[in-house]
Amino acid sequence: MPDSPIAVEHHNPELRHHFADMEQQREASSLGMWLFLATEVMFFGGMFCAYLIYRYWYFPDFAAASKSLDITLGTVNTAVLICSSLTVVLAVRAAQLGKRHEQVVYLALTLVLGLAFLGIKGIEWTSKFREHHIPGASFHFEGAVPGHPDHPIDQQHAQIFFSLYFAMTGMHALHMVIGVGIFSYLLYHAWKGRYTPEYHTPLENSGLYWHFVDIIWIYLFPLLYLIDRKK
Amino acid sequence: MSEHIVPLKTNIAVWLTLMVLTGVTAGVAFIDLGPFNTVVALVIATCKALLVVLIFMHAKYASERLIKVVVVSALFFLLLLLGLSLADYTTRLLV
Repeated sequence: MPDSPIAVEHHNPELRHHFADMEQQREASSLGMWLFLATEVMFFGGMFCAYLIYRYWYFPDFAAASKSLDITLGTVNTAVLICSSLTVVLAVRAAQLGKRHEQVVYLALTLVLGLAFLGIKGIEWTSKFREHHIPGASFHFEGAVPGHPDHPIDQQHAQIFFSLYFAMTGMHALHMVIGVGIFSYLLYHAWKGRYTPEYHTPLENSGLYWHFVDIIWIYLFPLLYLIDRKK
Repeated sequence: MSEHIVPLKTNIAVWLTLMVLTGVTAGVAFIDLGPFNTVVALVIATCKALLVVLIFMHAKYASERLIKVVVVSALFFLLLLLGLSLADYTTRLLV
């Protein structure tokens, strides 16, 4: 069946045939992304729930174990992620305004910051590994309850803290690795000039994903690193 | 309705606020506020999360109402999960 020449003329090549126009296509895919993020909220929510219950039960042991995490690296990593969220916002904005060069620069910066976060996380995990803080047969945690030096902490309870620490930061890091993959793909296509003010949905939805991963870290940081630092 | 373009100034202001709040939350952790250390840390984290969702994720400007419904329902079910679970586990010793 031959296409009507009028219809072909005004079609954006990125418009899929089952959508009426670009606006409807954009809103549909944005809604889909938010629904996906809602499932992610519940996925991380389960781990946060387990964390809160154990923290309530074994608070002194959690406080002592939390103190062994490197607060400087944790704070720096929070700042790195926040900066990467800004570069994502600026990349999306550059696409909205049709500035290809800026888009590429901000996407590249996002990738660098994402990899920096993973590198710092790697340094932290390596030192935990050296200190035998990885849950398992060789787990060992030296320490006393904060404020009570003669009160040693329970090994099993400390192990639960580190199990949750590695599960939660591990799942978060996995999301970051996936994010770095997605943003490499975006960088390539932005370089090719695929994202225009009319069509940049992949950039926008990947941005939503990146910000979501940032929000998870915004909660992980105080919950894991800052339980009880004052003593 | 076409999509909203957030002014550069707003984005920079949000970023600065997030950076400052990160410093504040790390600093306050060393001051003894008793049980309020946790409260302050979570309030700051929630302020940061709200800024990211509303401005960086454009939820404030979303023309599609369904998106707002999804955001609110995700939050609602998360609070249901955490609230009801903790209502159980934290009151067991009181009986």
